[in-house]
Amino acid sequence: MDEIASLLEPQIPALRRYAWALLRDDEGADDLVQDTLERAIGRWSQRRDGDLRAWLFAIQRNLFLNGLRQRRSRGAHVGDEALNDLPAPGTSPENHASLHDILVGLDALPEEQRSILLLVGVEDLSYEQAAKVLDVPIGTVMSRLSRARARLRDFMDNGRSAVLRRVK
Amino acid sequence: MTGERPIGEDDLQAFVDGRLPSARFEAIKLYLADQPALAEQVSREIEQRDALRARLAFKAQEPVPSRLRVANILASRRRSSIFRPAAIAAAVAWLAIGGVLGGFGGVWWASRSRGQDEIADAAGSAIAAHRIYVSERLHPVEVPADQEAHLVQWLSRRVGKPLFAPNLNAQGYRLIGGRLLPAGNEPAALFMYEDAGGGRLTLYARSDGGEERTAFRFETQEGVSAFSWIEKGLSYVVSARVDRAQLLPIAETIYKQFEATSDPAKSRS
Repeated sequence: MDEIASLLEPQIPALRRYAWALLRDDEGADDLVQDTLERAIGRWSQRRDGDLRAWLFAIQRNLFLNGLRQRRSRGAHVGDEALNDLPAPGTSPENHASLHDILVGLDALPEEQRSILLLVGVEDLSYEQAAKVLDVPIGTVMSRLSRARARLRDFMDNGRSAVLRRVK
Repeated sequence: MTGERPIGEDDLQAFVDGRLPSARFEAIKLYLADQPALAEQVSREIEQRDALRARLAFKAQEPVPSRLRVANILASRRRSSIFRPAAIAAAVAWLAIGGVLGGFGGVWWASRSRGQDEIADAAGSAIAAHRIYVSERLHPVEVPADQEAHLVQWLSRRVGKPLFAPNLNAQGYRLIGGRLLPAGNEPAALFMYEDAGGGRLTLYARSDGGEERTAFRFETQEGVSAFSWIEKGLSYVVSARVDRAQLLPIAETIYKQFEATSDPAKSRS
């Protein structure tokens, strides 16, 4: 049991950050992390000797997606209006505006692209780890990352309408 | 130079992430020096990567809430596996995943199960019934609480499973009665309660063949909150115009009363 704690606990800050980036809700994010930890503990014996970090992020992302599907199936609209009131941690107004924007830009992307940017760019997962989390080949990771960054750049430069026009 | 790999988008991404070996890194730098437009894009992507990290850094620096301490999770697993707010989100996953989750490799990507459909459908019907009948002043119920024994017997017979009206006095709600409702081609039972301020709460129950048991699922629609779950082939939905934190202990109470009634010897581990 102590072994489980000593392996899991160092991962919790990153899991909270990824959960919050996906959900933008403190309580909801911690609910997701708690579910992830419970799932991991419950399935500890089935864990392969492989990568704990990739395994945990994969569990968390799949729990998130399942929750998302359920909200969609209920017809609830989860829009990005909620993001407009997000306070940024920065202090100066300019800082506030630019930092605020990057999250709005992130939110303009589909989940697959958001996750890849977060896992690789923020959580420092290797491309191999990201491929495991997303359950795709590494080539797909690279092309998805490339598209996600291009689209974020496009959004930040040209705004939402430009991105929406280019949705395929 | 013969045999040198052409520059690919994967090189550019690894350049943005600082994951290139130094020889390749230098090669990309030279390449970008000749392509100012592309170099500008790459430098924007690096800036944005840094901006995203900076924006999210605070979350990883926060003190970890005690409910996420592994020791506390292990302790609460031993106590009870179903009654925490966080179990609600997990319920969704348990339903979708069923019992087939293996190691890596795609099995997590499960489709929505029948149980999830049923519970969502039951919740939708229950909330609709709640809306229609709680606002009814003259005839909120078909059979009033002073005929509780008759009401329970009647609804149990129609629904086809033993029901009873849970006692919610400790939560401040008293039974005012119940009614029979259609649920597709099947019957459903609705018990209605009222608190001292006239706030009304409904408990909806109907037979559902699919899942034997699910954890709690929460939803809210225009101010009406609902917890739903399936236990022993019955779907239950408790609805009221209160928030989640207020409704959860009531749902737990109802669940425990049904569990105690149906099988007092069995305990949830």
